Amino acid sequence: MSSSLLLSKKNSDVTENGTYKHTTSPIVTGTSVLALKYKDGVMMASDCLASYGSLARFRNVRRLQPIGTHTILGASGEISDFQFIQNQFEGLMLKEHVEDGQKLETSSIYRYLSNVMYGRRSKVDPLWNKYIVAGVEPSKNNNIFLGFVDLYGTTYQSSVMATGFGAHIALPIMRKYAEPRADSLTEEEASKILDDCMRVLYYRDARSFNKIQKAKVTAQGVEISEPYSLSTNWDFAESIIGYGS
Amino acid sequence: MFRNQYDNDASTWSPQGRIFQIEYAIEAVKQGSAVVGLKSNTHAVLVARSPNELASYQKKIVKIDKHMGVAIAGLTSDARVLGNYLRSEAMRFRMVYDLQIPVGRAMEALGSKAQTNTQVYGGRPYGVGLLVIGKDSKGPHLFEFSPSGMTSEYFAFSIGSRSQTARTYLERNYAQFENMDLKTLIKEGLTALKDTLPQDKQLDAENTSIAFVGVDQDLTIVDGPEVAAYLETIDSTEMELE
Amino acid sequence: MSTEIQNAAKSHAGRWEPYVDNGGTSLAIAGPDFCIIASDTRQSEGYSINTRYDSKVHQITDKVLFATSGYSADGKKLAENIKIQAEKYLDKNDKIIQAPSIAQMTSIIMYQKRFFPYYVFPILAGLDGEGKGCVFSYDPVGNMERVGFQVYGSASALIQPFLDNQVGLKHQENVDKNRTLSKQEAFDLAIDSFTSATERDIYTGDYLEIYTVDSTGIHKEVRTLKFD
Repeated sequence: MSSSLLLSKKNSDVTENGTYKHTTSPIVTGTSVLALKYKDGVMMASDCLASYGSLARFRNVRRLQPIGTHTILGASGEISDFQFIQNQFEGLMLKEHVEDGQKLETSSIYRYLSNVMYGRRSKVDPLWNKYIVAGVEPSKNNNIFLGFVDLYGTTYQSSVMATGFGAHIALPIMRKYAEPRADSLTEEEASKILDDCMRVLYYRDARSFNKIQKAKVTAQGVEISEPYSLSTNWDFAESIIGYGS
Repeated sequence: MFRNQYDNDASTWSPQGRIFQIEYAIEAVKQGSAVVGLKSNTHAVLVARSPNELASYQKKIVKIDKHMGVAIAGLTSDARVLGNYLRSEAMRFRMVYDLQIPVGRAMEALGSKAQTNTQVYGGRPYGVGLLVIGKDSKGPHLFEFSPSGMTSEYFAFSIGSRSQTARTYLERNYAQFENMDLKTLIKEGLTALKDTLPQDKQLDAENTSIAFVGVDQDLTIVDGPEVAAYLETIDSTEMELE
Repeated sequence: MSTEIQNAAKSHAGRWEPYVDNGGTSLAIAGPDFCIIASDTRQSEGYSINTRYDSKVHQITDKVLFATSGYSADGKKLAENIKIQAEKYLDKNDKIIQAPSIAQMTSIIMYQKRFFPYYVFPILAGLDGEGKGCVFSYDPVGNMERVGFQVYGSASALIQPFLDNQVGLKHQENVDKNRTLSKQEAFDLAIDSFTSATERDIYTGDYLEIYTVDSTGIHKEVRTLKFD
């Protein structure tokens, strides 16, 4: 195809030398998502901020999305790509549900999303996200599922996981307090660990926010909290010397 | 002399509202030897008989996936095409969703494919009927596929030559199938199948195939010597009756 | 430089790199009537450990295993493709595909992506049609070789020379070149290889999956490696 013909194509980013322009860096981004398994299911947390570079651009964004009855999807990275995925799932779940009432469970949703992510990376046109898929699978004896997939299509499952800066700051905390006790951790304990991790992240991650949401999935289904604020204490800031102060 | 003007093509209606090409295809199903399918709350079963001892290698029951199998009545070559199609659909579904295809979903795909042949000019409907068993999150299933593209779900059903006698038997007894164990269910299937046999023929290990699938059990196809054990169950009941 | 090449270079410059290295090491040793396949289960990205348990060994048939290392997503997709093809072979031929056929097929599947390769270093291992242990090793574009033993992945440079010496009997004087390894010896070598590699290679560790393939089937064992 000649470059002039390519340029006349609508809705595609075509450069002057006739190549397509794909996403090479994210624009509006969400930071860490944290998730852990506990006794009765799985719990997830993220803040409500969508940053535009270093600007705290949108401060009321929900990054934890229920998919079907027993699954939640947590997204970090490019928010527009996340919204695209939300639309895809809305269509998919409607179709699957209307046809014969056989609902897709967490591992199927995870596989589908992983295929989309790997498919887009293979077109060298990635969806710039790291996703955590969490849920409970009623047809598999209430199996607790927690899986990760990113813009490379890299997948793994674990009893604790975190995206972005959380993988450096929060994950070691969760590996110490949650991972060894994933089978016995109560809801209150799990909730406290996540709050503590989110608080530490708020202290250290300059792209984070103290308005957060938490979600859980148990055999009873999905529950996502309304956004709430974490208590913080900045007294220590007085004692910091250096860094221009 | 009378000549049917409306049976040259599957895409032509007769004034009576019939499509003869489809009806002829359904006739082809009736030429095939009978197969019987039935299910309980936990299992689904297929039993079939090869019409010709010389052609015993020609399979009457084929595996689609770990959880699904079909029995064939009609043109075996057409059945192979449909079987391959079902296999690829099942495989595709497994790749995309990490899940065995729900049986109804597979039947819908199959029905759509077959229906296309009844609506395009120059198309030929498949000359084969299928009984499909499988399991999914909603339990065991038994479906019938007919050349018209219609797929229907049943508690028990039979297609193929002289299958009406089997259906009569099943209609009288299907209410009890619900809570039957697998062994008894197979026995009921074989009893129904036996009713379809011509006078001088009987079921034996050489000509009978059995397949079953359960909520907690993958599809299992039994043919050859192992069938004998199941055949004994119907023989012994007969003796009891005598 | 011609303008076309310059343009191509320019368009490549801002391009996103579609590969990551997830580390990990895989090993296989063929014996006369058995095969040992081992992989660690750590999945890393940069200095982070994603998970301590992500299996890199995939079962293709009841006699053949496929071990990967490199880019995890490609490794999983490649293994899935091979499994799908093995399944289709069974559907078509009513016969389980044998190791040398899978080996050739794997080479073709990989070469089909010659200009956008699977960034994977695969080892196909198990028993061949005669029941002999076999190991096939590949480069990412499908170049294949049947070998006696192979190590690929982040610790390959640490382990391969060790196996060259212990299994290939290289650099040994007055050694009986016809000597073959027993199953237990090969198994123990695999464990020792990984425990040592774990000390020096940060991308290898956590758990070790060891498979023994012999005439009785596939046997799996899981051992712990160091978590650091």
